[in-house]
Amino acid sequence: MDLLTSLADGFATSLTPLNLLIVLIGVTAGLFIGAMPGLGSVNGVAIVLPLTFIVPPSSAIILLAAIYYGAMYGGAISSILLGIPGASTAVATTFDGRPMAQQGKAGLALIAAATASFVGGTISVILFTLFAAPLADLALAFGPAEEFALVLLAFTTFVGLGGDDVLKTIVMICLGLALSTVGLDLISGQPRLIFFDQPGFYSGISFLVLAIGVYGIGEVLHTIETSKSAPAVTPAKLTFKELGAGLKEMNRLWKTMSFGSLIGFFVGMLPAAGATPAALMAYGLAKVTSKKPETFGKGNIEGVAAPETANNAASTGSLLPMLTLGIPGSPTTALLLGGMVMWGLVPGPMLFIEQKDFVWGLISSLYTANVAAVVVNLALIPVFVWALRMPFTVLCAVVLVLCIVGGYAPSQKMHDVWLIVVFGVGGYLLRKADYPMAPLVLALVLGPLMEKSFRQTLIAEQGNVLAFVERPLSASFLAVSAIFFLLPLLKHARRPATGRSTGFADEPAE
Amino acid sequence: MITADRLIAAALMVLSAYFMWHATVLPIGWNGRTGGPGGGAFPFWLSAGMFLAAGGILLRSLRGRSQYSGNFFDPETLQSVVQVVIALIVTVALIPWLGAYVALPLFLVWYLRIFGGHGWLLTGIMAIASPVALFFFFEVALQILLPKGLTEPFFIPLYAMFF
Repeated sequence: MDLLTSLADGFATSLTPLNLLIVLIGVTAGLFIGAMPGLGSVNGVAIVLPLTFIVPPSSAIILLAAIYYGAMYGGAISSILLGIPGASTAVATTFDGRPMAQQGKAGLALIAAATASFVGGTISVILFTLFAAPLADLALAFGPAEEFALVLLAFTTFVGLGGDDVLKTIVMICLGLALSTVGLDLISGQPRLIFFDQPGFYSGISFLVLAIGVYGIGEVLHTIETSKSAPAVTPAKLTFKELGAGLKEMNRLWKTMSFGSLIGFFVGMLPAAGATPAALMAYGLAKVTSKKPETFGKGNIEGVAAPETANNAASTGSLLPMLTLGIPGSPTTALLLGGMVMWGLVPGPMLFIEQKDFVWGLISSLYTANVAAVVVNLALIPVFVWALRMPFTVLCAVVLVLCIVGGYAPSQKMHDVWLIVVFGVGGYLLRKADYPMAPLVLALVLGPLMEKSFRQTLIAEQGNVLAFVERPLSASFLAVSAIFFLLPLLKHARRPATGRSTGFADEPAE
Repeated sequence: MITADRLIAAALMVLSAYFMWHATVLPIGWNGRTGGPGGGAFPFWLSAGMFLAAGGILLRSLRGRSQYSGNFFDPETLQSVVQVVIALIVTVALIPWLGAYVALPLFLVWYLRIFGGHGWLLTGIMAIASPVALFFFFEVALQILLPKGLTEPFFIPLYAMFF
C-alpha cells in the first residue's frame, strides 16, 4: 500500500489551488496548440518552456505535462474538423474522423476522440503509477557504465525502429551529440568547439535554443509552405443528447480501447517510436481484428477511438523512462527533461528518493490533467471551431515573435536568438530533405550524460574498455543496442531492392 | 530534387570537417594518464561518424540510388520562405539597436499587413497589443528586461511606475 500512500501524498500537492489552476491553463493551452495544424505538443512545449519561469519549477513541469496532454487531445480536433492532422500524432485519426465529419457526424467523432483519449490517458496513467517505482528501484543499481549503455540503446532504437533513412538518422544523432559537446569539456574544464571565437559558445548550446529553432521557426517555415489556402472547417455542434448517444456507442469499444492503450503505453516508451507509430499500429490492429474491416476509412467510430487511445497512452508512456531512467521516450519529453535539468531537478531514480513530493505530485497531476482535458475539450468545442478559422498568418506571426522573445529570455543573450534563426533555417532545410529531427534533439539533450558516463566509467576502471561488457546489465543493454543497430542491415539483406522502407507501419506491434 | 539532397549531404560533410578541425584543439586520442579518451575525442569521432554517414548519403545519391524524391522547392514557396527568413534576420538585427518594443511590432506589421494581406485593424491591434503583453509578462512579472536600444529613455518612467 506504499504506492497508494505516495499517490495520496501526490494528490495533496496536485490538488492545491495553484497546481489545479496550472493544470487547467496547461490543458487548455495544449488543446489549442494541438488543434492548430502545424503545431503539436513538441512545438507547444518548446515555445512555452521559456515562459514558465513565472511559476516554481515543480509547477512548471506540471504545466508542461498538462500542455503535452492537452495537445494529444487537441490533435484530433483538426483531424476531424479540417481533415488535416493537428499534430503528426493525430494522422491516424483523420482516416475515419474526416469521413465521419463529412457524413455530418463531426460531433460524434469529437466525442469519440475525447472519450478515447480519456480512456487511453487513464489506463496508461494507472500503468505508469504501477511501473514507475519498481523501474526507478531497478535503475538505482545503475552505474555510469549502465547509463552509457542505456543512452546508446536509446539512440540505436532510432536506427532500428525509427523508420527513417538509416544514414540520415545517424547523421542527425552525431550532429546532436557533437553540438552537445560545445562549450567546456566536462572533465578537464577546457574550452572546445568555440566557433568563430564567439564568447556565447562557452556556455554551450542550450537544448532550448535548438528546440525553439527547429520546432518553432522551422515549423513555421514548414507551415508557410504547406498551408497556402485556408482549409474548410466542418461545423460541429454538440448537444447533451449526442453526448449520451456517443458515450453509449463508445461503451461497446472497450476491447479496441484497451488494446490501443496497451500498444500506446509500451510503444510510447521507446525513444524512436512514440505516439505517431503507436496510433498507426492501434488503428491497424483495430482494423485487422474488426468484424467489418471494410468499413474502416469510411467513417468507422472504432477508427477514431483506436488511434486516439494509443496516442494519449503513448504520451504517458514516454514520460516513464524520462522520469525513472532519465532517458526521454519522445522529443517532447526530451524537452521536459532539459527543462527539469535547467531547474535543478535531475530526472532518474534518485528523483524518486530525493524529490518524492515532486514526482508523485507530477504523477497525480496526470490524473487531474486527464479529467481536466476531457471536460475542457468537450466544453470548448464551439471555441475550437471558431479558432480553427483563424488565418495561419496570424498564428505564424505570433509564434515567430514568441520564438524570438522566448529564445532571448532564459539567457538574455542575442547570441542565442541568432542561433535560433540559424537552427530554424537549417532544421527546415534538413527536414525538407527527410532528415529526422527527433534524434537530433534527443542527442543534444542526452549528449552530456553520454559523454560523462562513458568517460567516468573509463576513468574509474583505469581505461579498461571491457568494463562495459563485464557488468551484466550494461552488457545486455549493449547487446540489445547491437541488435537494433544491425536490424536495418538484416532487413536490407532479406528484401533487396524493395526501395524505400515504408517505415514504422510494417514494424511488428510489440 | 536530387541536387538539393546532394548539396545538403555535401554541406553536412563540410560542417563535420569543420567540427573535426575545431575538436583537434584538445587531445582526441586515448589519454593514458587518466584512462579514457581526451577532451576532444567525443566531438572529433562523432563528427567523423557524421562525415562518413553524410558521405554515404552523397555517394548513394551519386550512384543513382537515392531514396529521396520529390520536388524540393517550387519558386512560389521559395519566395515566401526567403521573405520570412529575411524579415526575421532584419528583426533580430534591429533588436539591439531599436529595441524589442520597436523591432517586433515592425515585424508584425510587415508580416500581417504586407506578407499576410490582413487589414489595418487586425494589424494595428496585434502590433499594439503584443508589445504591451510582452512588457507585462517579461518585465513586470518575470523581471526579465528585453533589449531596448535607442528606446531605453522612454522606459524610465515606466520602470518608476512598476518597480
